[in-house]
Amino acid sequence: MTISMNTQLNITNKKEKQKTSWMQELTNYSVPILFIIICLLGVYASKLNPVYIINEIVVRLARNLFLVLALIIPVIAGMGLNFAIVIGAMAGQIGIIAIKVFDMGGLSGFMMAVLISTPFALLFGYGTGLILNKTKGKEMITSLMLGYFANGLYQLVFLTFMGTIIPIDNPEIILSNGMGLKNALDLKFIQYSIDYILRPNIMGIKIPVVSLLLVVVLCFIIRFIVKTKLGQDFRALGQDINIAEVSGIKTDKTRLIAITISTVLAAWGQIIFLQNIGTLNTYNSHEQVGMFAIAALLVGGASVTKATIGQAIVGTLLFHTLFIVSPFAGKNLFGDSQIGEYFRSFIAYGVIALSLVLHAWQKYMNARNKEKLE
Amino acid sequence: MRDFWKKITDKYGYPKVFMTMFLIILCILAVIQKQNLPGLLKDSLVRVGMNGILVLAMVPSVNSGTGLNFGLSLGILCGMLAGCISIELKLTGITAIFTAILISIPFSAVVGYLYGILLNRVKGDEMTVGTYMGFSIVSLMCIGWLLLPFQSPDMIWAIGGKGLRTTIALAGKFAKVMDNFLSFNILGEPIPTGTLLLFGVACVIMAIFFKTKTGVAMMASGDNPKFAAANGINVNKQRIIGTMLSMILGGIGIIIYAQSFGFFQLYTGPLMMPFMAISAILIGGATAKNANISNVISGTILFFALLAISLPVINKMMPEGNLSEVVRIIITYGVILYALTKVGGDN
Repeated sequence: MTISMNTQLNITNKKEKQKTSWMQELTNYSVPILFIIICLLGVYASKLNPVYIINEIVVRLARNLFLVLALIIPVIAGMGLNFAIVIGAMAGQIGIIAIKVFDMGGLSGFMMAVLISTPFALLFGYGTGLILNKTKGKEMITSLMLGYFANGLYQLVFLTFMGTIIPIDNPEIILSNGMGLKNALDLKFIQYSIDYILRPNIMGIKIPVVSLLLVVVLCFIIRFIVKTKLGQDFRALGQDINIAEVSGIKTDKTRLIAITISTVLAAWGQIIFLQNIGTLNTYNSHEQVGMFAIAALLVGGASVTKATIGQAIVGTLLFHTLFIVSPFAGKNLFGDSQIGEYFRSFIAYGVIALSLVLHAWQKYMNARNKEKLE
Repeated sequence: MRDFWKKITDKYGYPKVFMTMFLIILCILAVIQKQNLPGLLKDSLVRVGMNGILVLAMVPSVNSGTGLNFGLSLGILCGMLAGCISIELKLTGITAIFTAILISIPFSAVVGYLYGILLNRVKGDEMTVGTYMGFSIVSLMCIGWLLLPFQSPDMIWAIGGKGLRTTIALAGKFAKVMDNFLSFNILGEPIPTGTLLLFGVACVIMAIFFKTKTGVAMMASGDNPKFAAANGINVNKQRIIGTMLSMILGGIGIIIYAQSFGFFQLYTGPLMMPFMAISAILIGGATAKNANISNVISGTILFFALLAISLPVINKMMPEGNLSEVVRIIITYGVILYALTKVGGDN
């Protein structure tokens, strides 16, 4: 009897292992492969000049990768995809608005924006962490709702407090009635302050070396963090929060640190993003940040529980290639560029939905198998 | 005083108490500002009737155990599609609205069935999955609205001759049909009797449904799935039925909403709509596990009366900028966030 039970147990274990590894495999590689195919088709259908596409990709990598990389640490720490990087982006925008008020341009303005945004980002990150610690296991929906809620507060501050409670009297940025920031702020004074420091032209492809260098440095920093004791704690949390707790890791504190790092990185990332774009849409530049960064990360084959630097890079590359080509492809295929634009927002939402479904499904199956074994 | 405060917050929950206080303050401000009070009352009633069924759609999904229906936009899309079909058929008036509702039901039922199957595979993560399923299907339907073979010149772009417009005006179709049904004047303002009546009827039907055998089984499987399963209730089936009902109500809800509002807002219009309904029912005192008709009615009245009254009052205080919209955003997501922290983690 005991023997037969044991074998049964082994078989189920084996089955389970096979099943999860197959699922892992699917989530690991099928998504990027699928997107490589879609991108190639899109590139072909768009009939764009390859040099133009590569140039655009390089620009977009330098612009967006920082934000995507900001997502990695919370994933490692088992907190899922941090939809609340929107809040970090808001901190970044506070820095940008501040230097607009002080009228500091160029590299020094950029550095000042980073400096000003950091304490805000630390504060916001800490607050986000406190709320997420109250909603363990529901971090993603909470961070999403928190992002929307913070957006309301952000609008309240910049729409009504600016010029009234916060005394700023600059007709260039304040609306004509003396209250609230204008919808769009011109950021020409810091545009390309990083990108154009060193920009060699290699075979028609202009490379913003310093921006890319910043990304590389960040990659190394993340790698370093993951290898420290703190990083081990993150991974332990990601594996199983209960076991981590039992083995003496201060889970709440570690989670706070993870989310604060993510928020600060998002703030800096948003500043890098805006110095390239050159205009700040005061009330909606930040809205899509979370969605696009998360979609990019997932396209690279990351999941809710696993994300690497490589996946972030591959994902950003593929996702933004799709972004560049899809309006043109839509125009050539359907005679309507609008279709291409809707298609890419479908892809962004769809890839997030798919990955959430796969994750939830796997979690549910694991729980059920465990229950059966018990 | 403190005891009293504790007593009412315990009984009604913070969202309800705070919203009531906010509403009272707004009413006082409205009186001070010499606003048109009967007009505000009418606006509030119109908004309540407009959104009531969408809020009611949360009840079956909550009680069947799938939680708040963050994917309600799927049902809303079905309702919009049915509404467009009824316009395409050149129908007007009451016929148009009831044809639209009849067409929407099978669509919503099928979508609800499939969505229910999905939700049964992602137990515990319905909210996140639902939100993003909603988002992705709404953006997929954006392509659909462009490509669907509708011909009615009232709906398609005048230039190019294909693809539906972003807002479809219902004037001359079925705009205000229910609002004007049996409408009478109080203090010189028309009351949207038909819409309110329909909302009332829907609430009564829902209340009766939860007295039937299926309804009781659904409640049981939502309350305690293991206990229900032990008693021979097919929990997964009940969850699917709950989701289907929720989607059907979502489809009907948007048609009623549109007739009162006067427009269908296609494309990204439905994207954020579920959150309003969720917030309303949470204000009414519902939780992710428990919701009843009184939650729906009180929540709808509180939330939408608040929005209706805040608009002119706040605009008078701060004429420029849309502070009332900001207030709406903060309330909607603040309430949802509060409910999420209240539920706590599942560990």
